[in-house]
Amino acid sequence: MISDTSRREFIKLSGMLVVGVAAAGRDLAAQAPAGGPYADPDFRQLDSWIVIRQDNTATFYVGKTDLGQGTGTAFRQIMSDELDINFDATSVVMGTTDLTVDQGGSGGSDALQTDGWPMRRVAAEARRVLLDMGAASLSVPVSQLAVSDGVITVKGDPSKRVTYGQLVGGKRFNVTLTGNTTEATAGRAPLKTVQEMKMTGRSPRRYDIPPKVDGSLKWAVDARVPGMLHARNVKPPTAGAQLVSVDEASVRSVPGLVKVVRKGNYLAVVCEREEQAIQAARQLKAEWSKPATAPFPASDDLFTYMRGATPTFSAPPAVAGDPDAAFKAAARVLEADYDVPFQGHTAIGPAHAMADPSNGQLTIYSNDMKSYGLRNGVARFLNLPREQVRVVWMEGPQAYGRTAADDAGFEAAFLAKELGRPVRVQWMRNEETAWDTKGPAYAVKMRGALDAQGNLTALEWDGRAADHNHVGYNEPDTVLIAQLANMRKATPARGVSSTPSSMYVVPNQRTLAHVVGLPLVWETPLRTGNLRDPDGPQVTFASESFIDELAAAAKADPVAFRMKLLTASPADDMGYKRARSIACLKAAADKYGWAPRPSPKPVESGEILSGRGVAYTFRSQTVVAQIVDVEVNRRTGRVWVKRIVCAHDCGLVINPDALTRTLEGAMLHSLSRALYEEVRFDTEKVLSTDWASHPTLTHLDTPETIDVIHVNGDPDPARPDLPHYGAGETACKPLLAAVANAIYDATGVRLRRVPFRNARVLAALKAANV
Amino acid sequence: MANVSLTVNGTPHTVDVDPATPLLYVLRNDLNLQGPRFGCGLGQCGACTVIIKGEAVRSCVRPVSTVAGASITTLEGVAQNGKLHPVQQAWIDEQVPACGYCQNGQILTAKALLDKTPNPTDAQIRQGMASTLCRCMTYYRIQAAIKRAAKAMVTA
Repeated sequence: MISDTSRREFIKLSGMLVVGVAAAGRDLAAQAPAGGPYADPDFRQLDSWIVIRQDNTATFYVGKTDLGQGTGTAFRQIMSDELDINFDATSVVMGTTDLTVDQGGSGGSDALQTDGWPMRRVAAEARRVLLDMGAASLSVPVSQLAVSDGVITVKGDPSKRVTYGQLVGGKRFNVTLTGNTTEATAGRAPLKTVQEMKMTGRSPRRYDIPPKVDGSLKWAVDARVPGMLHARNVKPPTAGAQLVSVDEASVRSVPGLVKVVRKGNYLAVVCEREEQAIQAARQLKAEWSKPATAPFPASDDLFTYMRGATPTFSAPPAVAGDPDAAFKAAARVLEADYDVPFQGHTAIGPAHAMADPSNGQLTIYSNDMKSYGLRNGVARFLNLPREQVRVVWMEGPQAYGRTAADDAGFEAAFLAKELGRPVRVQWMRNEETAWDTKGPAYAVKMRGALDAQGNLTALEWDGRAADHNHVGYNEPDTVLIAQLANMRKATPARGVSSTPSSMYVVPNQRTLAHVVGLPLVWETPLRTGNLRDPDGPQVTFASESFIDELAAAAKADPVAFRMKLLTASPADDMGYKRARSIACLKAAADKYGWAPRPSPKPVESGEILSGRGVAYTFRSQTVVAQIVDVEVNRRTGRVWVKRIVCAHDCGLVINPDALTRTLEGAMLHSLSRALYEEVRFDTEKVLSTDWASHPTLTHLDTPETIDVIHVNGDPDPARPDLPHYGAGETACKPLLAAVANAIYDATGVRLRRVPFRNARVLAALKAANV
Repeated sequence: MANVSLTVNGTPHTVDVDPATPLLYVLRNDLNLQGPRFGCGLGQCGACTVIIKGEAVRSCVRPVSTVAGASITTLEGVAQNGKLHPVQQAWIDEQVPACGYCQNGQILTAKALLDKTPNPTDAQIRQGMASTLCRCMTYYRIQAAIKRAAKAMVTA
């Protein structure tokens, strides 16, 4: 049950949030010392989810975080529809642990797929309860009432009316919900049909954009409280280095120095002012000893190492049909190796957080996408009661998995407790680029068998992911400070070796999946974490490049070849993923204006070679097909993706414009990974440390045209219960393969190693005499 | 420490800081102007951009002493009399930002570009914005917004 104090606090907040939602951060900061202990909002109470005020406005409390995809706006749309209140009279509070129910924060693109349902149900239940209240107030049965925009009227006599605000404004619902988990939370009211929803499917503008554009938004990076100190970390100069000694005298001259903090190999300086902390971190002299053996192979030798390493884990082989017999009987067998290096998050803003230990509580101001996990993790890390810790979620630089291993949040909490004062931690650029969590490298071998008619009769996947000791979500024993401070757990996480996602029908298959580790398991800058679909871009690069190689070998059109594999069986799954895969591939080809022919096309004579490439996959229930046009500069090796067509089916689309932009960004992020991104390292440290040594996509690379088509490939497209599947990460998956396939189409040269930087492309063209 | 005077968004300020302090930290921590943001501290990404004498300047590598007396505009000072600048309005109309962290630099770099080149070609936009990075990759919408703003500024 929420306390009266916190109810008042959030009603007050809500009023303010209607004006500028995330401007709340600063005001929250001001309130921090007065708060606590911080009880969990009770998910079985309707009051924890929805507050209605006397002015007939509503605030929704959602335990997810919006990472710039417009999920907050989408929650307002579906919830105002179910509640029957004007969208413009609603606001949303997200992700702050004592104000919103723990719905886990965000991740896996599942905010709407999973949590959209309980949010719709609680809004529908509030409507039901309000109609009951309205019936009592107007002395007519519910069946004679109509409701629109939060106003209940008597059918046939609209002068008899009462508003939601008059019924419950400033009061509690006091309605108990059912369900054993937040995801199962429900009331008694049925949900509306798709056809009854008014705002869903429209594109109201995102409420978070104006304050991001006029400079009024206060972000986690802006959180300040009186007496706050600034900290900077001093990272080991080489991976696995042990801290032998620290010469504190070396920074005694730095003005404003408050403390040098050391715990194991974790080292930080804390100063009164930010520039002082930066200076102290640079100036601090410390002696480190290198490990006896090299922590990892150099990045140039990574794939040789991965292929030769003994796996730390191998999944049981998955076999369908008789692949050995099919390969033996094949007219042609193709085999190819694909390599994707470690790729970092390299967020535009390095990790940061501020922790305030005032009044014996601990408040952390953070952009952690899983703020609840940060709260629980910090409580365990510092041996504090959970009720003493809260996380105020504020917006931050692109998360995409990085902030779910919230190093800065734990460090700020640790230092605040250590110093007894509010401390702000900010990682520097070189720290973030070198030491953030990485998407695992993949080395994949694929084999395929074609019969004499060019049919794919067998397919084999043998994938190796460098993912041993993949870090978890805000675990107090795997975040970097826990590793460095020797507070880590004993056993590394097993890691994941993922496999392709498609609805292709191939009668004989063998799938082998291995995880390999690098020599240095802990305290390594090559620790893997979740990067925007943690494995999909790597896996789909291999699988969809290879399908293209098979199509070329069969002299088949790449779209037709895929379509044949998709339509070889009428069997479908519960989400009609096959039907929707076919619909997406067709929609992409139609929009593109695809004329069938095999790849590659005859190499052109000029400096610019142009080609097209397609790729398709799914993630969970969401299906995507992408087609790109590339121009390859034969003289420089530069690849420009001129056009992207994306057909995407995530079921019910809640906000088409916001979704379109999310998919555009997701695809260009993958384009950056295709063309530029690779974590480079020698045998003792990461060499990619800034935007010069770790290039990224820029304005110069922007496609001329991006066409996004929202496909509804459900066999019954007008079904009233059309689900909203997740969206975002799916669109990251196929683009690397689509680009490689287009380069092949243009040049006849197959690139099997990411990224396609100019030098690599040029070398491949020269080797093939193109 | 030394007194440094500077005018930001039309308001004069005097701060007592180490003259070598990057302008970014003075704006953010002393003047509470947090539109400019820390991205790299190396002048590579543009998140810290401010406008000085019509130029988009990277405040993270600009010692405060070198801008003493200068008139500085931050994101908070771009709107005039409560009305958003056409570039800001175009950013809203195109729904440009994703996370939005870099957009300070995108908006101010675009404004400086349009002030100098009112009707830029696609190539001029790409070139002019080339070293202002966005890791949510909103480039496609940014470029559309710049064209939209250019039109609005010509007809304004």
